[in-house]
Amino acid sequence: MRRSVRLLLNDEAVTLDRFPPDLTLLDWLRNERRLTGTKEGCAEGDCGACTVLVGRLIDGMLAYESVNACICFVGALDATHVVTVEHLSQPDGQLSPVQQAMVDHHGSQCGFCTPGFVASMHALWLNDPAPDGDDVDRALQGNLCRCTGYEPIVKAALAAAKVEPSEANDRLTAEVGTTTARLSALVDGARIEINHSEGMSFVPADVDDLAQIYAEHPEATLVAGATDVGLWVTKQMRSIAPCIHISHLPDLKSIESEDGGLRIGAGASYTATRAALAQLAAPLGELWDRIGGAQVRNMGTVGGNIANGSPIGDTPPPLIALGAVVTLRMGEERRTLPLEAFYIEYGKQDRRPGEFVESVFVPAPPEGAHFAVYKISKRRDEDISALCGAFLITLDGANRVSAARIAFGGMAGTPKRAAKTEESLIGQNWSWSSIQAAQGAMEADYQPLSDWRASSAYRMRAAQNLLTRLFLETSGAPARLVSDGERMVLEAGE
Amino acid sequence: MNKSFQPDSTAEKIIGGAHTNREHDSASKHVTGAAIYIDDMPEAAGTLHGYLGLSARAHARITALELSRVRDAPGVVAVLTADDVPGVNDISPAGLNDEPILASGEVKFYGQPVFAVIAKTRNAARRAAQLADISYEDLPFATDVKAAMEAGHPDVCPPLTLQRGDVEAGLEKAPRRLSGEMHIGGQDHFYLEGQIAMAVPGEDDEITVWSSTQHPSEIQHMVGHALGVPSNAVTVQVRRMGGGFGGKETQANQFACLAAIAAKRTGFPVKIRPDRDDDMTITGKRHDFHVAYDVGYDDDGRIGAVDATFSARCGYSSDLSGPVTDRALFHADNCYFYEDVRLRSRPLMTHTVSNTAFRGFGGPQGLLGAERIIEEIAYQLGRDPLDIRKANFYGEAGRNVTPYHQTVEDNIIERIISELEESSDYQARRKAIIAFNKNSPVIRKGIALTPVKFGISFTATWYNQAGALVHVYRDGSIHLNHGGTEMGQGLNTKVAQALAEEFQVDFATIKITATSTGKVPNTSATAASSGTDLNAMAAADAANQIKDRLIDFAAEKYSVAKDMVVFEPNRVRIGNQTFTFAEFIEQAYIGRVQLSAAGFYKTPEIHWDRQTGRGQPFYYFAYGAAVSEVSIDTLTGEYRVDRVDVLHDVGRSLNPAIDKGQIEGAFIQGMGWLTTEELWWDDKGRLRTHAPSTYKIPLASDRPRIFNVKLAEWSENRKRAIRRSKAVGEPPFMLPVSVLEALSMAVASIGDYRVCPRLDAPATPERVLMAVERLKAGG
Repeated sequence: MRRSVRLLLNDEAVTLDRFPPDLTLLDWLRNERRLTGTKEGCAEGDCGACTVLVGRLIDGMLAYESVNACICFVGALDATHVVTVEHLSQPDGQLSPVQQAMVDHHGSQCGFCTPGFVASMHALWLNDPAPDGDDVDRALQGNLCRCTGYEPIVKAALAAAKVEPSEANDRLTAEVGTTTARLSALVDGARIEINHSEGMSFVPADVDDLAQIYAEHPEATLVAGATDVGLWVTKQMRSIAPCIHISHLPDLKSIESEDGGLRIGAGASYTATRAALAQLAAPLGELWDRIGGAQVRNMGTVGGNIANGSPIGDTPPPLIALGAVVTLRMGEERRTLPLEAFYIEYGKQDRRPGEFVESVFVPAPPEGAHFAVYKISKRRDEDISALCGAFLITLDGANRVSAARIAFGGMAGTPKRAAKTEESLIGQNWSWSSIQAAQGAMEADYQPLSDWRASSAYRMRAAQNLLTRLFLETSGAPARLVSDGERMVLEAGE
Repeated sequence: MNKSFQPDSTAEKIIGGAHTNREHDSASKHVTGAAIYIDDMPEAAGTLHGYLGLSARAHARITALELSRVRDAPGVVAVLTADDVPGVNDISPAGLNDEPILASGEVKFYGQPVFAVIAKTRNAARRAAQLADISYEDLPFATDVKAAMEAGHPDVCPPLTLQRGDVEAGLEKAPRRLSGEMHIGGQDHFYLEGQIAMAVPGEDDEITVWSSTQHPSEIQHMVGHALGVPSNAVTVQVRRMGGGFGGKETQANQFACLAAIAAKRTGFPVKIRPDRDDDMTITGKRHDFHVAYDVGYDDDGRIGAVDATFSARCGYSSDLSGPVTDRALFHADNCYFYEDVRLRSRPLMTHTVSNTAFRGFGGPQGLLGAERIIEEIAYQLGRDPLDIRKANFYGEAGRNVTPYHQTVEDNIIERIISELEESSDYQARRKAIIAFNKNSPVIRKGIALTPVKFGISFTATWYNQAGALVHVYRDGSIHLNHGGTEMGQGLNTKVAQALAEEFQVDFATIKITATSTGKVPNTSATAASSGTDLNAMAAADAANQIKDRLIDFAAEKYSVAKDMVVFEPNRVRIGNQTFTFAEFIEQAYIGRVQLSAAGFYKTPEIHWDRQTGRGQPFYYFAYGAAVSEVSIDTLTGEYRVDRVDVLHDVGRSLNPAIDKGQIEGAFIQGMGWLTTEELWWDDKGRLRTHAPSTYKIPLASDRPRIFNVKLAEWSENRKRAIRRSKAVGEPPFMLPVSVLEALSMAVASIGDYRVCPRLDAPATPERVLMAVERLKAGG
């Protein structure tokens, strides 16, 4: 057992042995390390002004991802390389190609969001050698700018992509060998326990160790990506002590094909699961691209999204429609249940003290079935759904509905199946008249709330209309705005 | 001068002069994180932190304010209430004594600050602020315009009427008539750097305040007022803001005053920075409006008479609601001549945060009312709204006087429109869209071309003045200070470019320094798009004073005529001798020439009489137009902006790159106001959209898929504004009215373009779908 967290901050090795469980990376950087280039804009992971890069060894390879420092806990950063904007230019002060492109394209005005943009753009620059306009948009979904209107920033990102990262122009690339060695030396497989007057932080050695710690401390807060728990701290000032960090556990990050579907470890991030899920069912990939911003997708986990029991939750509706099954674990004991059964009512899940979501099994849609997911939000990207509907419809040879699984988020106190709607469809011809009947039945399934995201009337009407969309799409008619994959961006040199 | 910087004294042109694409002076600091905002400044030992305790009622009498648990919380040093304000507990910028720093006795909106906690850490102050026990006796409240009207709420300040001609007779005689109403939502500024102030106590009654403010002189005045000390005891410093947009014109007062009071009281520096939720709850926003219009027009769509009332959600106090609602009326004509007109404002009191300045300052809401009227007429007549616009533009004598009796003398809107109509291929695209819609059951498209005319000058005429302080040091380096504040708009860059041009030195010769009330006194807010117009002229005046002295000195010393002393790039030619600028300055110093000057500027010609509603409030107008094309999904109301073309007038641009950045940024910000940015209050009067998780400003992926922005390069300010440029901050904010109207056209396709969809703002997917459903049901 170790009683300290060890990490690299820019080029310095740091050992932290006394900190409260709720110490965020942002507060630590700004208040204790005086690295004030990283800003607080919202303290909820939405604006991206606090974006930094976090490098981790994955199978021995060093990879950097953007994260929101405002909702990232220091306790979760053992054996990582935290890189702030101060470390992105060369030691002699020469700007990085991303920074230079931002200057050349007039990409900053007030400058407050700029360090966060530079960090996100640096991650894109390192990880995608030839991004197009849509790739840049996706990489910047988690960064808000109120001054520029984004055009010059996107141009800067595209211009930077024309310069390849090299030892000569990028400090991270130049130092990749030494950083890998330094991080490897920090990995010792030990459990970490941090004692502090405000509570304990645990970093388990592996999943079995996690099971043991959680069984001993069932009151503890499990922290995976912290994209939800982070806000308990920054917004509600709730105590999360004692807390157990689980985002580093390789066993929880596995993504494996298993008879007819995919088993996803509860600690796998949205980013890590995207490709495999898109392959399993293309609509999942499209939905994943609209969850949070890149930073949230790098941090947030599918398991966390399931376990927090939000009535909206972006992932549960499609996973329920597909018939996903969760595996819960307490100590050495495991049980499984269909995802829809996990949600009992608003704020209440079928999870006992000390029990945690270990994995979720996602079946592939049956051959020939229609599977669709429609997320509707006030703003297209980086917004919580007003409603999210998922449909798995199987037709028999006579164009009759043989099976229907329909689930919605945002329509009830939990992600919930539309039982009456399904019932009205099953056995009927897949026709306009049965769709209309199903739309009527939906009113018996849901009595949605009115709130700032949408009114009850809108939620119901849009949900009903999604059946129309589904019907039209199964007959090949264009029934929604789709990206043509091309976004015209004026020449970066212009 | 910096040894590494050696200006080229043989150059043909200076580097970074006027009309060049100089980058923002802080660009390199922005991208490296080296630019210092107030929260980044090193804190002096013992610095304390403040946090505010807020009311949990929309309208109530406070029957008990029990703060002992707050006082006893760990780390707490002091707790301040209204009783602890040593001077006057008021920060009303209108001088109406209706805006307490801390509420006492009665709270008038949900989230109104009631007390402040000062503690050793920000976290301790924030936690302690949750521990108050406040008892309330609830009073009736109304949070929106209609409810306030029904409840008979008073105006927060005197309303305004603009009239010309006889509106009743005009409406009577018109061949056609229509009336309607429109709701226009407000908008949060969402500056990325929230409100913040840090106060450091000095000796005697002195205090220095760093504030993220657009109006240092007002902070100085308010801090003096709150502390009960004269202005000469208060120094306010602003290096830069992380965005302002009007949200830091008056809204910084509260935080600065509280930091100053706490600093004087404790003897320690005090910093106050609310978190994003509190910032959005405590500070005012763009005014929501309700517009009621009655219009007379003819079969050609030509408007005869307009009678309209603009009622605004002002919040609980006046703040700037008077001039904001005035400006709504000043722009309720946009580019159109109304023969008989009456425009009335109703600045209504509501139990919400007091609304304030926001880019455009009421103008966008006024303009939007005008454009709704155009749409109504177009759909009534089954015509393209662009035709109706063209039929109503201001024209020659007889059709060129505004409702406030100013003659429009510099009108270029017809040229802007015709060039844009051509370059955007508007007519062909509109035809193609109508054809597309015929065959597309779910996806519908819309296109709209809308114009902007925006009056430049503060309508409070006395604000149209500015000062600058310029020092030339012995080594030839120049120190520039002026009364404007930098919030990202590139003001410092543009003023320095203008100054570089006057002295004919490279931009890098000039050091731009933080705005300080100790250097330039009695400044106006950096607002009303006027920053460059005013401050660059003041800086040029200072330069010319120094140059006059230098010319006199050189002419005498070298016995040449004054016109033989010429400032050339980084050098001065005197007769047939040439010296580098630095050499010449050294000679002048030895010759005991005063190398410092305070410059001053006041805008000429303008005047305004609010009582009679007559005058010439604006020095000139800025113009622009945009074409937007959108697609909507008629099943869900979701939409996408497919293409935008902009042609905008900035006169002879001082810095085309910066001006283009202002236009693009204003467009997206205005588009957010009209589309996804929705403020939502619940039935307790509580604002529930108070963070980016719930309040949705545009993202990179929301920008138009094709976005062509061009400056009208042929335009030149007909007035003697700085180097014939025009102001750029606010006018382009109204270009995205074309997005709203294009959405409206896509909806109108459901009713074969014969019914005006009356799409209110913000046109969220929900409003679009509900409008579609309305039209499907037959209008």
